[in-house]
Amino acid sequence: MFSNPDLQKLLFGRLTLDAVPLHEPILLVTFAMVGLGGIAVLGALTYFRLWGTLWRDWFTSVDHKKIGIMYIVLALVMLLRGFADALMMRAQQAMAFGDVEGYLPPHHYDQIFTAHGVIMIFFVAMPLVTGLMNFVVPLQIGARDVAFPFLNNFSFWMTVSGAVTVMASLFVGEFARTGWLAYPPLSGPAMSPGVGVDYYIWALQIAGIGTLLSGINLIATIVKMRAPGMSMMKMPVFTWTALCTNILIVAAFPILTAVLALLSLDRYVGTHFFSNDLGGNPMMYVNLIWIWGHPEVYILILPAFGVFSEIVSTFSSKRLFGYASMVYATVVITILSYLVWLHHFFTMGSGASVNSFFGITTMIISIPTGAKIFNWLFTMYKGRIRFEVPMLWTVGFMVTFTIGGMTGVLLAVPPADFVLHNSLFLIAHFHNVIIGGVLFGMLAGITYWFPKAFGFKLDDFWGKVSFWFWLTGFWFAFAPLYVLGLMGVTRRVQHFDDPSLQIWFVIAAFGALLILCGIASFAMTLVVSFIRRDQLRDTTGDPWGGRTLEWATSSPPPDYNFAFTPVIHDHDAWWDMKKRGYSRPLHGFKAIHMPKNTATGLILGILSIIFSFAMIWYIWWLAAFSFLVIAVVSIGHTFNYNRDFYIPADEVIRTEGQRTALMAERV
Amino acid sequence: MASHSIAAMNAVGPTGANPVDSSAFYDAKGEHHPEGSTMLGFWLYLMSDCLIFAALFATYAVVGRNYAAGPSPKDLFDLPLVALNTSMLLFSSITYGFAMLEMERGYLARCQLWLAVTGLFGIAFVGLELYEFQHLIHEGATPQRSAFLSAFFTLVGTHGLHVTLGIVWLVTLMVQVHRRGLVPENKRRLLCLSMFWHFLDVIWIGVFTFVYLMGVLQ
Repeated sequence: MFSNPDLQKLLFGRLTLDAVPLHEPILLVTFAMVGLGGIAVLGALTYFRLWGTLWRDWFTSVDHKKIGIMYIVLALVMLLRGFADALMMRAQQAMAFGDVEGYLPPHHYDQIFTAHGVIMIFFVAMPLVTGLMNFVVPLQIGARDVAFPFLNNFSFWMTVSGAVTVMASLFVGEFARTGWLAYPPLSGPAMSPGVGVDYYIWALQIAGIGTLLSGINLIATIVKMRAPGMSMMKMPVFTWTALCTNILIVAAFPILTAVLALLSLDRYVGTHFFSNDLGGNPMMYVNLIWIWGHPEVYILILPAFGVFSEIVSTFSSKRLFGYASMVYATVVITILSYLVWLHHFFTMGSGASVNSFFGITTMIISIPTGAKIFNWLFTMYKGRIRFEVPMLWTVGFMVTFTIGGMTGVLLAVPPADFVLHNSLFLIAHFHNVIIGGVLFGMLAGITYWFPKAFGFKLDDFWGKVSFWFWLTGFWFAFAPLYVLGLMGVTRRVQHFDDPSLQIWFVIAAFGALLILCGIASFAMTLVVSFIRRDQLRDTTGDPWGGRTLEWATSSPPPDYNFAFTPVIHDHDAWWDMKKRGYSRPLHGFKAIHMPKNTATGLILGILSIIFSFAMIWYIWWLAAFSFLVIAVVSIGHTFNYNRDFYIPADEVIRTEGQRTALMAERV
Repeated sequence: MASHSIAAMNAVGPTGANPVDSSAFYDAKGEHHPEGSTMLGFWLYLMSDCLIFAALFATYAVVGRNYAAGPSPKDLFDLPLVALNTSMLLFSSITYGFAMLEMERGYLARCQLWLAVTGLFGIAFVGLELYEFQHLIHEGATPQRSAFLSAFFTLVGTHGLHVTLGIVWLVTLMVQVHRRGLVPENKRRLLCLSMFWHFLDVIWIGVFTFVYLMGVLQ
């Protein structure tokens, strides 16, 4: 491109035209499809003149409800990418036996399993959890927004920037070939000299900042902004689990930030933290990353436990059995999650005493978790159970998760782990708890709170279809992996020699197709529900006979959530209000103090993408320049003191009046 | 009815339809204003930052004696220089304290003056640290030389970066205080920076003890 190679290096770092994988047909087709899809979306936005509303009401919004919904949209989009990776792996493993090499060469296959893990954890599960907490928690505690609304918007855009960075690796350069935790020395400069690991590092680093800040934000919200009367032991269980999850986030993500920074130093500066020579220690990385990584899995599962607790009591029309024990179990799990990290590498060779300690602490976690399962069962016992879609997910979870939990206890036994570690048994186990726990929980939560967010319920039929496909698909996809793991088949293998194993991989691939049908039916649910939204309309604000405060306001809630701050007397606050003949206030509305929208979060997000891209490709001038701009924009933002406004009383009266009319109309 | 609820004290609610309970369920007078969460939020941020340092300290503890046949702390560290450096940071914390006292009294000019002194101490600290780094690198004790030096430069350098960030923040705040005076927003921000500054002092005491003192005296 340039006659002078020095000049080209100065301008573009190590980025050349070869970085665009034009020679890979699979990527080229993907690229074309993403391009066409992107053009179609942009065209539709322009055609329907949605840019203005998108910018004003969503991108620059500091409303926790909008931000929560955007997080979930991001997660669902990234789910498609992560699931496409899963399908490709299943297809490869179902065919690559003996002489057949399959269609994915090893260097491509390795990128796919890395991207699958990274995307599913960081850009599907995390945004789902954060999004749901963002949407639900302020409503459940009777607050008007989170403690730091701008920070919330900024956190969201940092998460998006991380996701964009991962996606960019698909089309410019490559992604890491190291597995989702990028263990050194494989991820070090000698073994992975390319840009793949750098994409990994910067994507996680940026998204991690967003996650950490949203964790701080939600803790401050829950601790400081609860409605009067809501003592800690009157908080809804979902809020409790959200509090514990965010404490885990604040206590765990800094370790991830630090360990990734050390890996970056090894790669960029040539330090010797995790190298094999000059005093470095690769196992230090493995320890540090799991000190973050183990709490991370509880960060994901605790809110799912919260969702199930809300759903079980709502759809059994009963108070949650053992509220206090549920809270204590959550807190115990939070603490124990810090004492088990070593069970991810019993084979490190730390000796019998250390392995016994971590094996025992791991098994102990099953006790509070088991208590929760029994609490849910006792809540259902003698309840008037309504098997609507969220309840189906809950029951599906209870069966699936219990089995996944038991295989986890099995893996917690160090001698058994020596046999099973790094095998497909482990893969089956963690998919069993993450899909059966987190994903079922989040889909249950989306179905449950969808009417609150959009004012109409999701279609029942397609919701049930989606559930049954997911449930059966999950078992078809992962039960064979348990079998294969017990036979000793290891993970991350691109080709097999033993043809007798093939049938199990074919069954697993069939399961993946069933899950594909589950995802398609979920998309269908959204489409059908949107078309039938008038029949599915929720005019009451309380479509399920709910028990907690979010059902006290309209669906969707007004910007200010509650015209008057509710006063709480019981942990099922809204149930208590209904039972004691609460009537909605119709007069005396006042102006409401609210935070103003801002584009700073979005701008900083875009700048972060540019900065990380420049760092990944060694374009130093651009990195320095974008870093400077980030600093200037951040400092400039602090000079804006005009950050709030009042929703005038007239507008509150008008909004509440509309709701009164709507409620009267349908009675 | 619980005595702690605000609205329970209002005898009759605005609707009047159900005078016993309805008004007990919402704050009709708009008396409920959640107190500010900034201090708690900033404190949480500091604790998360503290964990980053904890990870770096742990790293130093694990590889801090892996000299790889290179120089050890005894060969490298110049305690008098580090003592001088430490005193700069400790003095800066005291002067920041003076600035906060003046802020509480409402003396803008004196507050600014102490902030400026704090900033100068901070710059002296960072300058001495850079001098030390430059000296070490000149002697061949680079971060690439051994895991011990990697961990040393990273731990001390991360602290130095924090102080640098603190100085930038301090200057920003001085401009904002100059423009708007000691308004509540600026007081809140000064308080946050105060926490940040003292936090870095505490971290430095850890660095001084574990890295320098224990390194040289071992």
